[in-house]
Amino acid sequence: MIEILDILVNPNFWAAAIRIATPLIFGVLGALICERSGVLNLGIEGIFTAGAMAGWMAVWLGADLWTGVAVAAAVGGVFGLLHAILTVPFGLSQHVSGIGVTLFATSLSYFAYRTALPDVSSPPRITPFQPLDIEGFSDLPFIGAALFQQTPLTFLALFLVLAVAFILNRTPLGFAIRAVGDNPAAVEAQGLSVFGLRVGAVIVGSALMAIGGAFLTMSAFDAFFFGMVNGRGWICIALVVFASWRPGKALLGALLFGAFDAFQVRLQTEVGAFVPGQVFLMLPYLLSIFALVAAARKADYPRALLKPYFKGQR
Amino acid sequence: MIRFEPREYVSTRRVIGAPVFAALIALALAAIPIWSAGADIATAYVLMVNGAIGSVFAISELLARATPLILTGLAAAVAFRAKLWNIGGEGQLYAGALAAVAVGSGSLALPSYALIPAVLVAGALAGAAVMLVPTLLKVKLGADEVVTTLLLNFVILLIVQMMLEGPMQDPMGMGWPQSEPVLEEAMLPQLIARMRVHAGLIVALLAAVFAAILMRRTVWGFEIRAVGANPSAARHAGIPVTATFVRVGLLSGAFAGLAGVGEVAGLKGYLTADLSPGFGYAGIVVAMLAGLSPLGVVIAAIFVAGVFVGADSMSRALGVSSYLADLVVAMSLLCVLISGLFVRYHVRIGGSRATD
Repeated sequence: MIEILDILVNPNFWAAAIRIATPLIFGVLGALICERSGVLNLGIEGIFTAGAMAGWMAVWLGADLWTGVAVAAAVGGVFGLLHAILTVPFGLSQHVSGIGVTLFATSLSYFAYRTALPDVSSPPRITPFQPLDIEGFSDLPFIGAALFQQTPLTFLALFLVLAVAFILNRTPLGFAIRAVGDNPAAVEAQGLSVFGLRVGAVIVGSALMAIGGAFLTMSAFDAFFFGMVNGRGWICIALVVFASWRPGKALLGALLFGAFDAFQVRLQTEVGAFVPGQVFLMLPYLLSIFALVAAARKADYPRALLKPYFKGQR
Repeated sequence: MIRFEPREYVSTRRVIGAPVFAALIALALAAIPIWSAGADIATAYVLMVNGAIGSVFAISELLARATPLILTGLAAAVAFRAKLWNIGGEGQLYAGALAAVAVGSGSLALPSYALIPAVLVAGALAGAAVMLVPTLLKVKLGADEVVTTLLLNFVILLIVQMMLEGPMQDPMGMGWPQSEPVLEEAMLPQLIARMRVHAGLIVALLAAVFAAILMRRTVWGFEIRAVGANPSAARHAGIPVTATFVRVGLLSGAFAGLAGVGEVAGLKGYLTADLSPGFGYAGIVVAMLAGLSPLGVVIAAIFVAGVFVGADSMSRALGVSSYLADLVVAMSLLCVLISGLFVRYHVRIGGSRATD
């Protein structure tokens, strides 16, 4: 018991939790924006990979870090556009199109990485984002240690939670996006473009997913590895349901997940001798399934989610 | 503006032609990555075709690679027909492989004619059991099966790694994370002497025929298609929707489990955690290329296997990354999705001719 308390009061534990949560915050926000407009984006896992690869590659080729983030976002947006074209004007199955985008983005990223670096045995490294050291704040007890070990991308993620919540809940644009995910015919009747809103939402959402991927190679680590996304995209899709499509709850869900994941890593060092490591590695996936199942019963899905809309047709 | 007008009559020629056309487009698009990798495009294509069908050895490799793809393709095809989105073929394949090792590596001392069926049944049951979990979570608790099947892939792979480093590790394996080899009596026989194509291919073909008959000629198959077309209408028509989802989930998982058995007991002889290079996910592409038709799955699987085997062989000769194969397979999926539009609709670009 004492050991568990020791873990929970350690600011380093919370720093790790926030670090683990950061890519998920980007991913959950991105998936949430897509789904609020009525489009499930299972391209997320591949878009994470593409963002991780493209952002890293840009920096490795000489761009500065923020340009790398922009490149990742742009690449994510392009894959988002692909998914949006297939699912919005073409009205194809969002499930299958999303899986297709994931397979395409993943294989293209791997192919591009291998083609650019055919013979490297250990992945080349870049200088990643450094912790944001703000005079005065970093010395605050506990909060300073937990929060100001984080890199600028974490603060961007936290800011985006507020921005997305504000836009979705308080602006006409947000109202239109939510409406197009619930009742596209009504949006059309108001003279707004269902097509434009959905395609726009999927592009922006996919760009955020890609920044989540870029966080992995440009902040959490400093290199690109095959298989490094490791299901984080799918976990985000589960967390969106858990968060009932609300940005605030999405942040909470990602942080709880991060805390749990950081906790299991520490628990592993305590009892790792008795329990195989894989059991601990399984826990995040099982937790996501559990979170999904717990939320599924009362999940209030956007009513037009998965439903293609064609002009003048109901 | 693009408009889609549903076709009143969809010709068989179109239904069959569209995926063939899509596959050819995807193959043609491969020229771009080949060119970007600095290889000669014509040489690369010649090497790919040669590597896939240029010799008896190549064809044996092609069929050996097609065997698991037929089975994971069937797993996706039957489930997708009911709109049960089983994306967990990869995990179910590993579950089947694990069961094959558990039953076939010495725990049962039986002659071949009994042990091979036992291994096949064990693998099918293991795959079905794994798929039963997300199916029940869907029908009982409303949890989206896409996410649960995807996440279970990671869980199952970790269970496999745990077993291979723990209770099922080969004591003679020099500490490598691999299982004990399956007994000689449990191995599926080779179809051609000294070639890798094995009797798993026969199992896969029988599974395809079985699935085709089930879907087209039986009440269960009709129910599966009805549930996929419209679950609430099916419920009103008195079709047992929940039971149908469970049945199709079990069948789908069983097919993927058999794919794992074939890889262990037909090809490798033991289990490692890198047994499958994504056969479960490629099965989805196979099923979509086949238009979810069980017999079409066989042809689509041979095409996808040809891409993998051909690209591997070309990659060794020219140094173009073998991820090219995954890229072509992914592009085939996107192309076949788009080509499907041209089957079901008249696609009109521009113009304002109103039809109603």
